[in-house]
Amino acid sequence: MHELSIAISMIDQIAEESASRGGLDVEAVHLRLGVFAGVDKNALLFAYELACEGTPLQGSRLIIETVPLLVYCPVCRQERTPPSVYQICCPECLAPTPEILTGREMEVASLEVAA
Amino acid sequence: MSTRMVEVRAKVMKQNDLLARALRERFQQQNTCVIGLVSSPGSGKTAFLEKVLAGLARDHGVAALVGDLATENDAARLQRATPNVKQITTGTICHLDASMIERALEGWHLDNVDFLFIENVGNLVCPSSYDLGEELRFVLLSATEGEDKPLKYPTIFNSSDVAIITKMDMADAAEFDLATARRNIESVRPGMKIFEVSSKTGQGMGEVFNFLRAQLARPRTTAPLLEEAAL
Repeated sequence: MHELSIAISMIDQIAEESASRGGLDVEAVHLRLGVFAGVDKNALLFAYELACEGTPLQGSRLIIETVPLLVYCPVCRQERTPPSVYQICCPECLAPTPEILTGREMEVASLEVAA
Repeated sequence: MSTRMVEVRAKVMKQNDLLARALRERFQQQNTCVIGLVSSPGSGKTAFLEKVLAGLARDHGVAALVGDLATENDAARLQRATPNVKQITTGTICHLDASMIERALEGWHLDNVDFLFIENVGNLVCPSSYDLGEELRFVLLSATEGEDKPLKYPTIFNSSDVAIITKMDMADAAEFDLATARRNIESVRPGMKIFEVSSKTGQGMGEVFNFLRAQLARPRTTAPLLEEAAL
């Protein structure tokens, strides 16, 4: 359960962004979270609410967009979605696909702020 | 009330990743090969590291940082092989992060250290998100844990560079299916280098030493463990 540490890093990150833009009244945070980021979505939602208490982000919503796992198949020379997170191969030709294109993201994409 | 969208595109782990990058640059300048060790609790990280430190200490400068929630027990064990050991006690935190490594290294001169090992807290989940500035990450899996560990914890296996199957002396007693274990590792991390060892009997340790010594011969990398996005 490291989602609380992650939530705190996220809040620090947003505070920094907000300060650099002269202070924002943040209503919602849009996060892109890869399925291979090692972070559980529901645990993060829970931790976010806790971690926001007593900060300027208290009461803000966290909206998580899940980024799927995409790999590059060196045989088909195409982007592919592997059968599962524990079968990192091409679903068509079954070739192993060491190159991961997306799925590790953990980034604050945008903030919804009071106009 | 109306709202507007502000585009940010900021990595959540930015602070950690920046620190990890600075550490990696420092390790490179000092020509220290830094290896992170991750595994579940009780899979034999410390026993493996004891053997590795003792084996390398004859010809190389070695050092270790070892993370646990509590106790200095592991540091005491490792100090039998080298005095250059520091325990990091994390309290309740389930993983090491780059700032803990930076603090632990304060006042330490790495100039004569060829190998620094960082033993993470025993945990196959949380450490995967934290770059510690290491050059290679070893994930350990013991023969007594079962062949399907890699499939159950794909993130940490995929983020590691080398898999070490430990406690091979107990493989028969545990009815460990080595071929299946190797296939499962390959399934979550295609092309991963795999070693089979027993820290107790020394089986397979020679190959690990050869692999580690070969790391010194190649130029130190500054590439981050995971893919680099704009920080």
